[in-house]
Amino acid sequence: MGDLFQETILIGIFAATIRIATPLIFAALGELITEKAGILNLGVEGTMLMAAFAGFAGSFVTGNTLAGLALAMVAGGLMAFLMVFMAATLKVEQVVTGLALNMLAAGMSLYLFKVYFETLSLPTAEVMPYLPIPVLADIPWLGPIFFQQKGLTYLAFLMVPAVWFFLYRTKWGLEIRVLGENPKVIDTKGMSVTLRQYGAVILGGVLIGIGGAFVTIGSVVRFVPDITAGRGWLALVIVIAGNWRPAGVLLAALVFAFLDALQLQIQGIGVDLPYQIFLALPYVIAIVLMVAKSRRGRSEAPARLGIPYFRGER
Amino acid sequence: MRPVLSVHEVTKKFHQVVANDRVSFDVMPGEIHCLLGENGAGKSTIAECIYGFHRPDGGTISVRSKELDLRSPSDAIRSGIGMVHQHFVLVPSMTVLENIVIGTEVATAILDMREAAERIAEICRRYNVEMDLNSRVSALTVGQQQWVEIVKALFLGAEILIMDEPTAVLTPQESRRLFAIFREMCESGMSIILISHKLDEVMQSDRVTVLRKGKKVGTVETRASSKSELTNMMVGREIDLGAPRPRGVIGSPMIELHGLCAQGDLGTPALNGMTLTVHRGEIVGIAGVAGNGQKELFETLTGVRKATDGRVVFDGKEVTNHSPRDIQKAGMGHIPDDRFSEGLVPDFDIQSNLILGAQREPAFSKMGFLRFDAIRQFARDSIEAFAIKAPSAQTACRTLSGGNAQKVIVAREFAQSTKAILANQPSRGLDIGVIEYMHGRLTDKRDENFAILIASEELDELRSLADRIVVIFKGQIVGEFRHDAVDLERIGLLMAGHTGEAAAKTSVGEA
Repeated sequence: MGDLFQETILIGIFAATIRIATPLIFAALGELITEKAGILNLGVEGTMLMAAFAGFAGSFVTGNTLAGLALAMVAGGLMAFLMVFMAATLKVEQVVTGLALNMLAAGMSLYLFKVYFETLSLPTAEVMPYLPIPVLADIPWLGPIFFQQKGLTYLAFLMVPAVWFFLYRTKWGLEIRVLGENPKVIDTKGMSVTLRQYGAVILGGVLIGIGGAFVTIGSVVRFVPDITAGRGWLALVIVIAGNWRPAGVLLAALVFAFLDALQLQIQGIGVDLPYQIFLALPYVIAIVLMVAKSRRGRSEAPARLGIPYFRGER
Repeated sequence: MRPVLSVHEVTKKFHQVVANDRVSFDVMPGEIHCLLGENGAGKSTIAECIYGFHRPDGGTISVRSKELDLRSPSDAIRSGIGMVHQHFVLVPSMTVLENIVIGTEVATAILDMREAAERIAEICRRYNVEMDLNSRVSALTVGQQQWVEIVKALFLGAEILIMDEPTAVLTPQESRRLFAIFREMCESGMSIILISHKLDEVMQSDRVTVLRKGKKVGTVETRASSKSELTNMMVGREIDLGAPRPRGVIGSPMIELHGLCAQGDLGTPALNGMTLTVHRGEIVGIAGVAGNGQKELFETLTGVRKATDGRVVFDGKEVTNHSPRDIQKAGMGHIPDDRFSEGLVPDFDIQSNLILGAQREPAFSKMGFLRFDAIRQFARDSIEAFAIKAPSAQTACRTLSGGNAQKVIVAREFAQSTKAILANQPSRGLDIGVIEYMHGRLTDKRDENFAILIASEELDELRSLADRIVVIFKGQIVGEFRHDAVDLERIGLLMAGHTGEAAAKTSVGEA
């Protein structure tokens, strides 16, 4: 009896870990591609929030979660467009731009929500269904943890090798990585630095947008202000903790997701500790990780992260 | 024979500054054509116009009598023009192969670099260059990195190769080898445009076009010219930097290093037990390829970097790991190699930069408040004494030329030091006239009984200036030469890492 109870709890925690990791993986992979191109997009949180709202709105209006997802991807791409326009074309300070994007999203998502959904009492939208994978879903332990999830969750895990392949085995990936290390190499070969920055950042934004969509139409029927609740910031930390590598990003995302799942479970059981401590835990771990990392040297961080490119420079 | 490249009346302006004023010259097939001129003479600008990096405001550039419309480097590359930039354009964290292949048509959607690797290997074989295509560029020496740059241009199909100051960082042997291969390239029909200000190299070219202040002074056949004629054309007066200077009287030890060890920025050993003494009234020159511990040596001596082992004695007193402030107060001045990031606060004005470090002295402050009258007076005096060209003492240092910025640093360090001057690459990137001036000031200080330690990549500079030359390699002193027994051949080999005996053998073998 006790064993069964424990088993259910453990499976619950692990299954929740996989689910919670989904938006983190998308957002962190999107930010990874962006940062590999040398652009520091601190607007991940805002991009996710706008996409979460767009996903909700799209699903609400059409009754189709895929339409919602498409709209969320467009929203992510648009936010990223704004970012890269400021960073690559106007060459504005990237940190400030990213922070501004977050404020813009916080205000705008709330405004649009009020304008279009105010009259309704508690509007709800379609949510993506669970897609258990036949056969695999029935494997004890592994089945309920890995194979009784939603489509986007499977996609998130497939995106990790896909992004790796893109970055390290295709010509576009090579060019993106060069942008982050030394954009002048691209320029002296007569290729457009700006064009490639736009491509990378918008692609990253679309991925971040999918992460945002999962927060609404992948999980809950409602939209509430600030529904992303810091996941975008966590994605930024995950990129650093994952040392700018797709596999590292996956690992870091799983660690943070596990801590969150644990925290939910502990709240549920009713351990005699203020739950805020557990809410803060992932961020505490993030700080510890970053301190530990900074002492270890050899980082895969792009050398020109956050530094605008000017042709005349040496 | 018809020229392979014709530059006709090219003018390029940056805002109001005319960088090139109706410059014309021709390059023949199989020719090494040198562009000679001081900083700001417009050599690099004209080269970047030919490479499509800048768009000229007037004039034409033609290849094989066909006028080009160069909108970007890709247009130049298509016309067979390649360029090796003075500051290498490489990605250190990527492999040699990746660096060469980026942006070429070989880079297919899904990277398959076997064919590219074979073609690159063939180029290397042809010019007898050894290159490990799979090693990271960061693991290569500067000389090897230059080969990567050259092969990169050849791989793109360059027939006209622009080399911007190619030997700035090479040992004499590397540079000789480079020229031998330039000759081979030219024999196979290529043409090379060589940008340089080193007369020894310029003399190896076929023709020289001299630029001064953006204008062409003239084109001469190298064989029919001479170093002094070229200097005259370049500067407008006669200067001989190589002339030996009067030597001083060497006194007792001033700076003593005993087995000094320190780490580099990445935590790897940078100084490996350096032992060296600099005496009063002596100039010691450190010869070495950049990155062999020069920067770390100067930083450790001035207290900026921690010594992990060994001792520094300054004027008889132990100063190992003392604070920079203490060491400076004890009388040591430091001219760092990076003027604008370490030597100055670029956004501060000249007068503030001139008193940095002395701002707490009673001469410049009273009860914590700066005495601006005294500061302004000091700045006026320094600007006059060091012939700093600037609109006023309130001009931001960032707007100064390299030479004038260096003079601000020298003025400050000379004023604040009383016993010793350390100078890392003091003449890097400076015009010949300013270099001559710096050398004079340093010699004056030596005659005032200062101990002076200079690191330079220019062996000619050390030969004319130093009383003793030591060679640094991987954080150790690997050779020492008195000024009357300098052997540039051996110094070059030692700089490249050949040990003393091997160096002796190799030099015999090569001769």
